Amino acid sequence: MTKTVLLIEDEPNIIVAISFILQRAGWRVQTHSDGANAMEAVARERPDVIVLDVMLPGRSGFDILADIRAQDTEHDVPVLMLTAKGQTKDRARAEALGVTQFMTKPFANQAVLEAVEALVGQKA
Amino acid sequence: MSLNSLIAVSLAYVALLFVVAFAAERAAARGQLRVLRSPLVYTLSLSIYCTAWTFYGAVGSAARSGLEFITIYLGPTLVFVGWWWLLRKIVRVGKSQRVTSIADLISARYGKSNGLAVLVTVLAVVGTTPYISLQLQSVTLSFTVFADGANRDAEAIGLYVAVGLALFTIIFGTRSLDANERHDGIVSAIAVEAVVKLAALLAVGGFVVWGVASGPQDILERVAASPMADWTSSSGRWVGLTMLSAAAIICLPRMFQVMVVEASDERHLAIASWAFPLYLLGMSIFVVPIAVVGLEILPEGSNPDLFVLTIPLALGEDTLAMLAFLGGFSSATSMVIVASVALATMLSNHIVMPLWLATKAEGATVSGDVRYVVLVARRASIAAVLGMGYIYYRLNGGNEALASIGLIAFAGLAQVLPALLGGLFWRGATRIGAAAGISIGFAIWGYTMLLPVFQGTLLPVALFAEGPFEIAWLRPEGLFGINETDPLLSTLILSIGANTIAFCALSLLSFPTPLERWQGAQFINVFDRSTAPRGWKGGTAGAEELLIMAQRILGTEQAQSLFQTEASAQGKSGYLPDPTPDFIETLERELSGSVGTATSHAMVGQLTDGATVSVDDLLAVADEAAQIMEYSARLETQSEELTRTARKLREANTKLTELSIQKDAFLSQVSHELRTPMTSIRAFSEILMIDDLASEERQNYSGIIRDESQRLTRLLDDLLDLSVLENGQVVLNEATLSLHEVLERAVNASSSLTKGKLTIIRDPDREDVSLHTDADRLSQVFINLITNACKYCDAEAPELAIKVRRTKTRVTVDFIDNGGGIPARSRGVIFEKFARLTDHASAGSAGLGLAICREVMGRLGGNIDYLPGQKGAAFRVTLPRAQANAPSVAAQ
Repeated sequence: MTKTVLLIEDEPNIIVAISFILQRAGWRVQTHSDGANAMEAVARERPDVIVLDVMLPGRSGFDILADIRAQDTEHDVPVLMLTAKGQTKDRARAEALGVTQFMTKPFANQAVLEAVEALVGQKA
Repeated sequence: MSLNSLIAVSLAYVALLFVVAFAAERAAARGQLRVLRSPLVYTLSLSIYCTAWTFYGAVGSAARSGLEFITIYLGPTLVFVGWWWLLRKIVRVGKSQRVTSIADLISARYGKSNGLAVLVTVLAVVGTTPYISLQLQSVTLSFTVFADGANRDAEAIGLYVAVGLALFTIIFGTRSLDANERHDGIVSAIAVEAVVKLAALLAVGGFVVWGVASGPQDILERVAASPMADWTSSSGRWVGLTMLSAAAIICLPRMFQVMVVEASDERHLAIASWAFPLYLLGMSIFVVPIAVVGLEILPEGSNPDLFVLTIPLALGEDTLAMLAFLGGFSSATSMVIVASVALATMLSNHIVMPLWLATKAEGATVSGDVRYVVLVARRASIAAVLGMGYIYYRLNGGNEALASIGLIAFAGLAQVLPALLGGLFWRGATRIGAAAGISIGFAIWGYTMLLPVFQGTLLPVALFAEGPFEIAWLRPEGLFGINETDPLLSTLILSIGANTIAFCALSLLSFPTPLERWQGAQFINVFDRSTAPRGWKGGTAGAEELLIMAQRILGTEQAQSLFQTEASAQGKSGYLPDPTPDFIETLERELSGSVGTATSHAMVGQLTDGATVSVDDLLAVADEAAQIMEYSARLETQSEELTRTARKLREANTKLTELSIQKDAFLSQVSHELRTPMTSIRAFSEILMIDDLASEERQNYSGIIRDESQRLTRLLDDLLDLSVLENGQVVLNEATLSLHEVLERAVNASSSLTKGKLTIIRDPDREDVSLHTDADRLSQVFINLITNACKYCDAEAPELAIKVRRTKTRVTVDFIDNGGGIPARSRGVIFEKFARLTDHASAGSAGLGLAICREVMGRLGGNIDYLPGQKGAAFRVTLPRAQANAPSVAAQ
């Protein structure tokens, strides 16, 4: 069965890139580019993995992560966080909020793919 | 003997005095002061007490009233022998306060009040002028007696004498400016005169006793046979006159002059205390024999005041008569000279100079010509004093017995005594009390004693017989019904009594000023001050008490270590040290470092001697307290400064911290803005490496890489531009140009972006404004605003209106689009760096545009604001106009 990745990201070119990489590996990719109603997308799509940007219009990735961990307790969906800020204090903050994996932009395409697959494998 | 030879001898004698005075000044200038300032000269100078009144008048008084004349010698003798310490105190005070006259002394004691000085000066002048005229009269009288009783040229002689004395006094009395400096010439001359008059009187006396009579035994028999033996005197009058002359020796301005001002050494007073009474004894010893013999051998009705002169003349002893004449002449002149110096000093210091200073414009007073003015004032005063004496003589000459005018003068000047003695011994004496006492005494004396002198000359006799307005009890000589049998004594008691009562009462009622208190303490404690160096004789203090006090002041540790050191030095290690004088002094020194010397002395004094704290101690403590307060005020200022500095540092630190936070946020944002396009570039370059990519995809992805690279470049350009603008390093290429041109350029430059998307509405006529500015920078701002409108205007058919408006000094260019505008809450941040408001990152810029616009407009001397109240987003660019000769205003 095809696994679903929910990509929450606001940069159109990055959405195109990540979608291309994951779809090519056989993933179903849903995208959402607004921070404000990201939780609706999470509830609607029930993704197997979430790829989350930090700097989002409306709401930051950290807030969204906190909501995911607070509401979606039984699923315990893996979250891969991608950030362009890449400072250590952001990583610490994300870990404290229960992030599954943390990566900084720019990234190697292969690394993102491997990370997403590993997250699903972990869960299975 | 002819008048001519008498005049010749007189002139020669005067010439001698000039020579003596001149020689003395020369010697003093050379520093040969041993003789000039010896106790002998000092004592002889005191002899000015014996004036012509004493020289001639004592014999007259003896002939008329028996032994009463002795009181005149008795008073000063008692003062010099018995009240020697009082004189010493006056001299010490006079020297330590550098007083120049008795008026100055009184003024100095009572808070340096010039009013009081004027009062005393007036009193002295009024009291002394008759006395001076008396001397002139005695000289002219003696001249006329010599010249066979012919009264020719008497007035002329008086004038010559007055002028001569004025010259002598001016020459030797005002050579130096300092009134406090000794007049060696004058003092030497009067010392010579003192010798001459004593010698003359002794010679006449000796001649009378051994030449006329046959020795002392014979004289005593003659006295017993004469009417003098029957004269009695009331004891009250004796006491009164003795006290009056005792007061006179202290209060007479001329006596104060020689005794205090001219004193060179306080110790001379010790010798004078017996030598001066001896001199007075010599002056008085032959008075009775001369009087008795005069009454006996001279015809009835002869003036007994001139017996000293007339006896030798009657007996043909011309040389002796000449000596007697010179003695009388000496008595008169020495008194006049010193009195006029003393009065002139008072007049010039307390009346002429203050008046002169008052008439001068304020400020320009302390110039070089003041010295000259002082000299002129003093010389004029001398001339005035002698002139007044002469005028008084012309008005009143010859109608009074010599002695009575002398006593009147004594009584007048004695009015100063209560204030003087009170000032020296009574702390509570005040200026108001002194002024009241002297004024009242002066008034009563003037009314009851001085006015009668003018009876029949200046004033009608009726005034004295019936009283003013015919009120009997207001008659000057019977005021309030006082005893008419002895008017002198009763008016003396009345005036001095009222004086003293007023002085005491008002002193008690009034409150002294601080300066009066201070001066009072200086006067009363004059000896404490100049003797007795501070030291501790040894102690009754417990070492424990000292330790407790020391701990309180020095702190426990320091005090204990001080005591331990001392204890081990005393060989008593481990115990408290003995309070030896040395240790107490050491302790006092240590304490004074903390609380000041006076306080420390007072505190240690309390513990060691149980000494009460004196006013001086308190004054010294107050001084120190003032210093400490000043010091602490300085410290306070310093601490305020430190607080200010600390606050500034805190502010600077806060600012730096803020800047550091801003810098971190900026770096974080820059990092984000750089990483985002780089992420796309890397991702797509990796994707492009995949072989089985459709060429359409490949082209598409390459385009993304190109766009993102351009975005990166733009970002870097903007960052550098902003950095240059913010650091003020930007170089402006200013030129005068038309606003229309700049707008045209901006619209053209952004046309590639706006084409087909944004309609720009302009009014070219209004754009014809001349500007002096940097065209590139200004069009950069315009391009930014146009492209922003293009990117963010959310209207279906986006429009941008560019409206130009001008005032006298400025031009405004408004950019208003027809979109939804910027929400009010965001308007505050739109000009901040990275303030991108849209929800879409697609704008392709990092949010630096408006920040750059703001910087640029600042450099161009204008500004850019969001313009609220329009339908869409609206920005207003304001520029200064070219004509306002405004070059670049490079201010933020």
